[in-house]
Amino acid sequence: MSENNALEILTGALTAGQIDTVDLTHTLDPDFPVIVLPPEFGQCARFRVEEVSRYDERGPAWYWRNFTCSEHTGTHFDAPIHWVSGKDLPNSSVDSIPTDAFVRPVCVLDCSKESAKDEDFLLTPKFIKNWEKVHGDVPGGAWVLMRTDWSKRSGAEYLNMREDGAHTPGPTGDAINYLIETRNIIGFGTETVGTDAGQSTHLSPPYPAHYLLHGANRYGLQCLANLDLLPATGAILVCPPLKIKNGSGSPLRVLALVARNTV
Amino acid sequence: MTKPLKRPPKKDPQKRTDSPTLPPFARSRKAIAFTTMAAEGRFALQVCSECKHISYPPREICPKCWSMDLQWQDIENGGKLISETVLRTSVNTYFRERMPWRVGTIKLDAGPTVLAHIHGDVGEFERVRLIARTDKSGQGVIMALPEKETPNMADDRQLRALTCDPKYRRALVTDGRTELGQCMAKALSNAGATRIFVGIAEDWRPYEGSDELAAIPGVEIMPLDVTDTISVNELAAEMGDKADILVNTAEYIRPGSPLDRHGVTLARDEMETNYFGLLRLMQAFGHVMRSRGADRDNSACAWVNLLSVYALSNWPVYGTTSASQAAALSLSQSLRGDFSGSGVKVINVLFGPLEESWRQPLPPPKVTPQRLADTVINALQEGIENVTLGPVAEDVVRRYRQDPFVLERELTQLQMGMGV
Repeated sequence: MSENNALEILTGALTAGQIDTVDLTHTLDPDFPVIVLPPEFGQCARFRVEEVSRYDERGPAWYWRNFTCSEHTGTHFDAPIHWVSGKDLPNSSVDSIPTDAFVRPVCVLDCSKESAKDEDFLLTPKFIKNWEKVHGDVPGGAWVLMRTDWSKRSGAEYLNMREDGAHTPGPTGDAINYLIETRNIIGFGTETVGTDAGQSTHLSPPYPAHYLLHGANRYGLQCLANLDLLPATGAILVCPPLKIKNGSGSPLRVLALVARNTV
Repeated sequence: MTKPLKRPPKKDPQKRTDSPTLPPFARSRKAIAFTTMAAEGRFALQVCSECKHISYPPREICPKCWSMDLQWQDIENGGKLISETVLRTSVNTYFRERMPWRVGTIKLDAGPTVLAHIHGDVGEFERVRLIARTDKSGQGVIMALPEKETPNMADDRQLRALTCDPKYRRALVTDGRTELGQCMAKALSNAGATRIFVGIAEDWRPYEGSDELAAIPGVEIMPLDVTDTISVNELAAEMGDKADILVNTAEYIRPGSPLDRHGVTLARDEMETNYFGLLRLMQAFGHVMRSRGADRDNSACAWVNLLSVYALSNWPVYGTTSASQAAALSLSQSLRGDFSGSGVKVINVLFGPLEESWRQPLPPPKVTPQRLADTVINALQEGIENVTLGPVAEDVVRRYRQDPFVLERELTQLQMGMGV
């Protein structure tokens, strides 16, 4: 099939309503939780807006605002340069990542039942291999998303912060290594506030998803929503971050193209 | 005894809210010095350096020896009521609305005879103690109180016009996540505030004391983040017309001078809370508060700022925080201008190092959050606008009055910091 034919098929399916565009993004809202680090470290800026004018003396016919946030506020993309393990890699900031990474097939590992039972659930290679027995191998170059239904939580339940830190699911280092080395994925995404588990500072290496993914020049997505609307395989992920010079990440709109009735 | 104030009934929604009217506000420049001391709760008069004559009212020169060297000094406040008048008519709108009104002359033990408002519990020719306070026009006046405490004394309506008593009023505490905010809410409740709205930012993060805070009588937990304009505006839309007293407990403090810091992110966070947070609160709550300065017995009456004493002069150990506090102090002065003539007081409490985690390495003496909260209540009940709290703050203010440039040198010299 030629490239032109492939696009024709896609546009035909889009206009015929055979493809759903699923929004995997949380609304940028000042009150949406951000990652909380020990207070002596620098903190992630919250999303904020200030009006410039609203059909008033500051601008009679127009409404516009300034917004401020971190590169890691809300649903956001992590570039390899975000982590010390990826700091010297080529094309590792959001403005220099090859754009084909932003439109890729996506696999969804459904860990929602396990995460409901165990808020510190860790995704293992065994879990992935069992998933592959049902759905086939994770294709090379794909995005892999870890569905936990965490995005359905709100307020204090979301960070699930206690005196010993946050309690949220995430991957083990072995799982990330398997996905990178054996399956050559392009990136890994979660519904929680980070790609790593809440207690991942106690894993070895600490923050294994960040350390290993970015050390291998792979990407992260977090604070995703609506993963329950995606099929295990067969969808296309669209996730271009803002083109920020030397950006370590960026809030973004994440979409998935899903063939209707495949869920 | 004073007839106890009744809890104000719910407002009749068909009745117009009275606009604030004012007692006479014109004062000479000398008399403004009296106002300034009255705002600190001090009863001070001019004493001639040459002949020791005590002047009243404030004058340019000594009426006895014509010396121009008159110094303000705290004066013994005991005296005796020697004559009184009950005003039953006046061309002044403020007094017309508040008839009858007692005024009288007091012979001070210290010498002079002064004109004063008279508390309802003072009998004819009785001994009194005098206080100087600012009235609804923001100017210094004298009031004669019974020599000894009488039942429900604070409810006297002439006295209540000079104070910001929390009794039967509704208050907003802007940050209840800290021990300070929680002590403040509790103290307001104990002082008789009927509703205490307590702002909580980011309820998706747990905080110590949350259950105890919610259990304080009258406390209503409200979402409020002073760094978020939308949040501040939403809360003002919900309860802004019920903020009779606003106590801004939101504070962001980090150690470090400009050269201790790496970048401006922390300094920005300090400004977001300490300066822009205050500005957001002013813009959201200030208009309705100043329009409610004469809104019956639970009128809007006080805006309370809690500021580090290093707002006056920078202490490099907390250098950039001090700078943001200085910005807040300057802004509070501007709010005084906006509230001038509204009958709503701006109360500034300058405190020394607080007993809390970001000041943990500092040596004593420190101010406990409980003591700061109690001090705010006292300032409200007494109607005092400028308060200095704690030995460190008192020392800094004393030296500031002597010479702010010398103080600046002292605070910024090597090793001077930690000893302050």
